[in-house]
Amino acid sequence: MREEILRISGVNPSKCMKCGKCTATCPAFEKMEYHPHQFVDMVKNNQISPLLESESLYCCMTCLACEERCPRGVKPQKLIEAVQVIKLRASGANRLKPQDVAERLDPSLPQQALMAAFRKYSR
Amino acid sequence: MQKIGVFVCWCGSNIAATVDVSQVAAAAKEEPGVVFASDYAYMCSEAGQLMIQNAIREKGLTGIVICSCSPRMHEATFRKAAQAAGLNPYMVEIANIREQCSWIHKNKEEGTKKAILLAKAAIAKVHLNEPLTAGETPVTKRALVIGGGIAGIQTALDIADAGFEVDIVEKSPTIGGKMAQLDKTFPTLDCSACILTPKMVDAAAHEKIRLFTYSEVEKVKGFVGNFTVDIRKKARSILEEKCTGCGVCTTKCPSRKTGNEFNEGLDNRTAIYIPFAQAIPNIPTIDREACIHFKTGKCGLCQKTCGVGAIDFDQQDEIITRNYGAIVAATGFQTISLERFDEFQYSKSPDVITSLELERLMNAAGPTKGELVKPSNREHPKDMVFIQCVGSRGESCREKSYCSKICCMYTAKHAMMIRDKYPDINVHVFYIDVRTPGKNFDEFYRRAVEDYGVDYRKGMVGKVMEQKDGRLLVQASDLLNGQQLLLQTDMVVLATAIEPDKSARNLATMLTASMDTNDFFTEAHPKLRPVESPTAGVFLSGTCQGPKDIPETVAQAGAAAAKVIGLLCRDKLLNNPQVAQAKERLCSGCSNCSKVCPYGAIDYEEREVLDHGVRETRRLAMVNEAVCQGCGACTVACPSGAMDLKGFTVKQIMAEVDAICR
Ligand code: SF4
Ligand code: SF4
Ligand code: SF4
Ligand code: SF4
Repeated sequence: MREEILRISGVNPSKCMKCGKCTATCPAFEKMEYHPHQFVDMVKNNQISPLLESESLYCCMTCLACEERCPRGVKPQKLIEAVQVIKLRASGANRLKPQDVAERLDPSLPQQALMAAFRKYSR
Repeated sequence: MQKIGVFVCWCGSNIAATVDVSQVAAAAKEEPGVVFASDYAYMCSEAGQLMIQNAIREKGLTGIVICSCSPRMHEATFRKAAQAAGLNPYMVEIANIREQCSWIHKNKEEGTKKAILLAKAAIAKVHLNEPLTAGETPVTKRALVIGGGIAGIQTALDIADAGFEVDIVEKSPTIGGKMAQLDKTFPTLDCSACILTPKMVDAAAHEKIRLFTYSEVEKVKGFVGNFTVDIRKKARSILEEKCTGCGVCTTKCPSRKTGNEFNEGLDNRTAIYIPFAQAIPNIPTIDREACIHFKTGKCGLCQKTCGVGAIDFDQQDEIITRNYGAIVAATGFQTISLERFDEFQYSKSPDVITSLELERLMNAAGPTKGELVKPSNREHPKDMVFIQCVGSRGESCREKSYCSKICCMYTAKHAMMIRDKYPDINVHVFYIDVRTPGKNFDEFYRRAVEDYGVDYRKGMVGKVMEQKDGRLLVQASDLLNGQQLLLQTDMVVLATAIEPDKSARNLATMLTASMDTNDFFTEAHPKLRPVESPTAGVFLSGTCQGPKDIPETVAQAGAAAAKVIGLLCRDKLLNNPQVAQAKERLCSGCSNCSKVCPYGAIDYEEREVLDHGVRETRRLAMVNEAVCQGCGACTVACPSGAMDLKGFTVKQIMAEVDAICR
């Protein structure tokens, strides 16, 4: 599962130098049980199940501040998202097909949400 | 026909484990002209060299091939050995069967096959070798040091004390460099100016040292032992011989809006200025960009004030050409630009400063006379946050990949000094790692924590926010406690990464000295030749080679000086005889070769030649053998095949190729 997460996210958690800048920056810190730098370390050490069970998985607001500021270019948000995707796919909740998008388009929907939905719900 | 000896080295198991050395020797024996072939455990050892020498004498060898490691390792060793036995050193060829064979192959059969081919190629080449004799060039017994900071000053002093002349070229109006801006120095907290200014004075007073301040190197020609350098002495608009350094002019100047470089822009200076009280030389400079006279033709107040008539608005830049035997780069460092670090508010809030700015704020000769105040409102701060590794150890384009090395220690110094002077200020330091290797360094850092109560937190600062009340809000990680901290603070100090001074790149091009991807000068060998550049005659001193603190800089400056002295002590240098030469009957004087020569070694001359019984005058390429480095660029550029490299002729190289393809 670890390999799958790394493949989906394209993140190399070994690049992390544990500076904590991602976590220092994260606006969702208070709500999280596991913080961005912990996601990185736990995926690296193959401690995936606690992450899958944790509400932290859904606290991330995809603000990308962690990705923007990480000095080592680790992209913690991509990792969090990959763990979400793993969980979604395992539960068969794969609801979005590219051909459905046109009819669901809602002008008030932020583009980011659309992109995120695509990443999460399609293979 | 040559009588050739072939010597195959085992290099212990380095070669012998992957190459059947006796088979290589046996195969070599079958080649035409080979009268002796043998293998031995360590050819470079005394016994190995003796074996070569005996064979040369006993078999009357006229050329030898050593199948061993890279010529970079031991070519010189074997040439010397051959010479001692009476063979011309250029009759020695190396077949590199280690780096180019045994080390890159696993299969012994393949390795042996390749080693035999390499040996055959070298044998084919040596058949065409001719004895070469190295010419000599005299050494100019004077050194040039580029950069007048502590590195340059120390190098110059050491060279001058050994009795050689040294010139220092410094681009700013005074020597002293960054060290002159510092307040105290770690780990002993002695005052930086107090230990630096005596050295500045020594350098200025030394009879062997000549200072060119407000000057830049403009052109470098020549080669080790014989450099010719053009120095642009920029117009100060002051007649140095007349000026007494009284400084009256600077008090009268009405242009007062230019950021004061010496105080890191924390205050302003006049257009005519002396950078700081102990500046050397202690004479002013007119900054023509800021001077009202140069902008409007009016003002001229300083000229009216000067009692000795030392101000000369018409002064021109001067080009001074000098000869040197050795050149030392000591161009130093600068702090990186923080433009792209918006999260720290450096560009927005005056209370977010760099560590170098803090040095000036703490210095008795600085803009606040040493009183630590918030730059925004001159109030006394209550809380201060230090952020380490700003721009260091990162991957993105705004950061440097390396550790700037000095920041951990100076941050501890700053924190300690502040707590010592103002015990009411709370000081927090956010770090990723605290790196304090060095004599008495970790003890120093522990003192900051234990004796001075500095609050060290493991974690980075995510962002700094300005608040309505004028204070700053810092959001940071405390990784050891698993917290995200929100701290109210008055000032934020950024331990800003350092990078090579921007003048270094241009200089490296002029010196044909190589640099790494970060623009630090590259050393000839990272461990064994750390103060020499790969370009002969060019040496490295101080932070232009890599981040380092003052003790390391001074040590390296002395090492560079020792290397320079070793060079200047010699009366003559042997040239490399493997240089280019144009065959006069083929050269058409087309100028292609001089265009590609990176060392400017080729000139053209009108010469009389006798070609097929016809006597005529032709324009011919002439290679200056002392300048040519034997790179071979010209031989490829020459359309008529006139240019050839001695020791690497086209014929020799083709013979090698043929031997391999046979
Ligand atoms: S992208 Fe998610 S994890 Fe990263 S800083 Fe924003 S909210 Fe936090
Ligand atoms: S900011 Fe990057 S390097 Fe620092 S802890 Fe987070 S992921 Fe690791
Ligand atoms: S230029 Fe004249 S006034 Fe200015 S410092 Fe020199 S002597 Fe004094
Ligand atoms: S061999 Fe290289 S250095 Fe020598 S003359 Fe030719 S181009 Fe110049």
